[in-house]
Amino acid sequence: MLKKIKISFIGLTTIVFVMSFATKLFSIELNMYYPVAVGGPLTKIVDGMVNDFERKNPDVKVNAIYAGNYNDARIKALAALKSGKPAQLSVMFSIDIYELIEQDAIVPFDDLVTSYEDKAWLYSFYPTLMENGVTDGKVWGIPFQRSTIVMYYNKDLFRKAGLNPNKPPNTWNELVSYGKKIKSSTNSWGVMIPSTGYPYWMFGALTMQNDQVLMNGDGNVTYFDHPNVVGALQFWHDLGNKHKVMPSGTIEWGTLRKNFLEGKTAIMWHSTGNLTTVKKNAKFDFGVAMLPASKRRGTPTGGGNFYIFKKSSEAEKKASMRLIKFMTSPEQAAHWSMATGYMGVSPASYQTSALTNYVKQFPPALVARDQLNYATAELSTFQTGRVRKLLDDAIQSALTGNKTPKSALKGAQKNAEKLLKRYK
Amino acid sequence: MKKYFKNFSIELFSAWILALFWISPLLYAFWAAFHPNEYAIHFNVLAPLTLENFIEAWEQAPFARYFFNTFLIVSSILIAQFIVCTLAAYAFARYNFYGSNILFAIILIQLMIVPEVLIVENYKIMTNLNLVDTIFGVGLPYMASAFGIFLLRQTFKTIPKELEEAARVEGCKLFGILLKVYVPLAKPTYLAYGLVSVSYHWNNFLWPLVITNSVDTRPLTVGLAIFGAPESGVNWSIISAATLLSISPLLLGFILFQKQFIQSFMYAGIK
Amino acid sequence: MFKNNLSQVYAWLLITPALILMGLFTHIPSFTTLISSFFSTGTKKFPSKFIGFENYELALDDPIFLEAVLNNLWYAVATIIPSVFLAILMALFVDSKIKGRVLVRMAYFTPTILPMIAVSNIWLFFYTPEIGLIDQIAINLGFGSQNWLGDKETVLNCLILITIWKEAGFFMIFYLAALQNIPPELKEAAKIEGASKYYFFRRITFPLLMPITLFVVINATLNSFKLVDHLFILTKGGPDNASNLILYYIYESAFSFLDSSYAATLTVILLLILAIVSIVQFVLFDKRIHYR
Repeated sequence: MLKKIKISFIGLTTIVFVMSFATKLFSIELNMYYPVAVGGPLTKIVDGMVNDFERKNPDVKVNAIYAGNYNDARIKALAALKSGKPAQLSVMFSIDIYELIEQDAIVPFDDLVTSYEDKAWLYSFYPTLMENGVTDGKVWGIPFQRSTIVMYYNKDLFRKAGLNPNKPPNTWNELVSYGKKIKSSTNSWGVMIPSTGYPYWMFGALTMQNDQVLMNGDGNVTYFDHPNVVGALQFWHDLGNKHKVMPSGTIEWGTLRKNFLEGKTAIMWHSTGNLTTVKKNAKFDFGVAMLPASKRRGTPTGGGNFYIFKKSSEAEKKASMRLIKFMTSPEQAAHWSMATGYMGVSPASYQTSALTNYVKQFPPALVARDQLNYATAELSTFQTGRVRKLLDDAIQSALTGNKTPKSALKGAQKNAEKLLKRYK
Repeated sequence: MKKYFKNFSIELFSAWILALFWISPLLYAFWAAFHPNEYAIHFNVLAPLTLENFIEAWEQAPFARYFFNTFLIVSSILIAQFIVCTLAAYAFARYNFYGSNILFAIILIQLMIVPEVLIVENYKIMTNLNLVDTIFGVGLPYMASAFGIFLLRQTFKTIPKELEEAARVEGCKLFGILLKVYVPLAKPTYLAYGLVSVSYHWNNFLWPLVITNSVDTRPLTVGLAIFGAPESGVNWSIISAATLLSISPLLLGFILFQKQFIQSFMYAGIK
Repeated sequence: MFKNNLSQVYAWLLITPALILMGLFTHIPSFTTLISSFFSTGTKKFPSKFIGFENYELALDDPIFLEAVLNNLWYAVATIIPSVFLAILMALFVDSKIKGRVLVRMAYFTPTILPMIAVSNIWLFFYTPEIGLIDQIAINLGFGSQNWLGDKETVLNCLILITIWKEAGFFMIFYLAALQNIPPELKEAAKIEGASKYYFFRRITFPLLMPITLFVVINATLNSFKLVDHLFILTKGGPDNASNLILYYIYESAFSFLDSSYAATLTVILLLILAIVSIVQFVLFDKRIHYR
């Protein structure tokens, strides 16, 4: 036994030694932090893509570091800048842009693209996905793990309730009336919209459907107390408290997928990033649809963008560009989309044969992309952490019945104005 | 007598009910970890057993590395604590020097101001020392422990001075005296303190979360937290397997040396 | 014992490592926390500058912080009292000669050595509405489903229950030690006198446990201000701050909002609270010493 331990110890030290030596052989080493906020073995998929890149670019070594959720990834990447092992690029929340600019942490991609070809590349992505990455007329973030909110629904439960399984609710009214039917004829809830984790994101969909965005393009004005925004929160509140098609109180983001898979709710709103996991685990016939409309359809985009840090050498920036280009190339984007459910970030990715075949067999994979036509940017402002929390708290206080939607949102707007005053 | 017997059975009953309740989270973790995912929330005696969850957890996150990091952190803290606290405790127990009382009081302040509370400033200090994201940085704030100094000082004080004199006559110098007289006689204290320290730092979360960035330094708790973060959609089977993996050394040690563990905690607390 | 100049030097040398480490990570940061609390957090656009008590005014005007303080006080009180009660009960159970006491003791003590972060995920399963364990049992018994962590009324108490679960077994140990120190002759004498079990507990056992209780209460109070691990998994302080605690809000301010000066301000207030707790402790300990 002791001998075994000894041998494995020697083995371990040799490996460590060889590894530390091997890294010296690469001319450039990149550290990249990235988050995961949906289910499934996403770290393995990222690692696989990075390995592919390394095989094709033997002079670059990439350490892809999984850092937790979006918040953790930003904290860790920024923290790393001050440590002995700084990151040169990272995938971070698309809405972190103002905060990162204010910290003077990132560089715009416009400064890095020189050739005509590169400039064209900047315009190869879906314009809606670029919205959160552009400010001051410059591109700061390149879309990577991007999503919209979609409606997953349990067709079996629809059938049980006497509803057409191929006709998911198209409007808020239908959502309520279908929900009531389901609630009364089955043992399940009509709909669940998660309200922990990222409540402001779900809310961005409801407000957009009510034809109102949450903030301006410069990130220094919010519209939390706009009547349409209040109306959206009132509707969300009513789903649970008046129409009773949804549990009252907040609904946990993390456990919701399990609730859906267990058939406890006929409909859930969730990130399209969960699609592949739901597909793998659902024991019933399920469908994916666009979110219903009030005045119009709508959803915020969501997810992570690539950023390049200022504190890196020219060579490292160039290598980072190569990595980002690889990771967002049509083939890789297609692969990523199929593996996770996130959308292909460029129109070209949907023209790859792999993704074309995939969506032919599995049409739900197209819903997120089609919904881009109705999509808007995700809530992102200066002081984004605090402003977000203001809105999150307002939403939760309304859903838990502590404040009326109007007073909650009024308070949030007032405080947001206080925070954003100095950015005008 | 009859009344006594009745009391007795009520006592027995409630003791066991309470015990069952107390152990239920662990029982559930075993259930979820050893059964396929579809049985994670359905309890069925006929559910098939599997090790799949352990394999998957082990493959999805670098737990081996996390184990290694935790081991390094815990053992480096322990060794440093033993050395630093022994020296200081000896001085406080046996030397009558100027300012000793005030100094001792100053040191005891740390019992209230634990490093967790000072995460913000300590993080800045680590940045200045260039120790962010290092194993050493995780352990450093804990290496001088007021609790350890206090505990050892109390023990050293009970050791007869004649033993020290005798060693001195035999020609022992300061470190010789410490190693030959004090340390051996304070063995129970070291064991007690060591167990308390190990289980504290094996489980410590907030400071390691703040100070570590990468897989190379992350201890088990932080690795487990980001692995099982509810944001990524809860999969209780795999999380339970990962949880059991990461607590297994401590749990195994506890089950095997239950008496020592409990006596150590008792001993460390009563002093 | 040794009182010459050389021994003075020795003593100081022996203490130096501890002093440096402790000064570096306890005393100096306490002081610099105070300093930073008077400055604004610097960014590229707005460099750091002296702002006097502005951060404190913000904090005292910050409903989230005030709610966190109130939550924390309730969290402290509501964990300590049941923990002490249960710990005494457990100690009595384990000290009596019931069947399987070794197993029972192990069950009580096990939570102490489990990492909070790991067990939080399991408790999440207990609390999850409808598919969670508590609700599964409740629904089978004919009760409705309850949104334990999604309701402002219940969420903090759910966290409190976890903390009690985590700590009671730990505190039991100290009571157990005290119980085992009660001279058996006393018990014999009480039996001969025909004293009831309850009477014996009230007149003999309980008074003997008082000093331990003091120790436990102080320990638990400090814990309630520094133990926030489960918030990271279970609630993140929500819904609407109903389960937010001071240290978690400090973490959020510093690392999510990147406002380290504000976090420093909150830390100073937390240190003040801890100082008050420790002053109370010294006063009470003084009394205890006079008793003896």
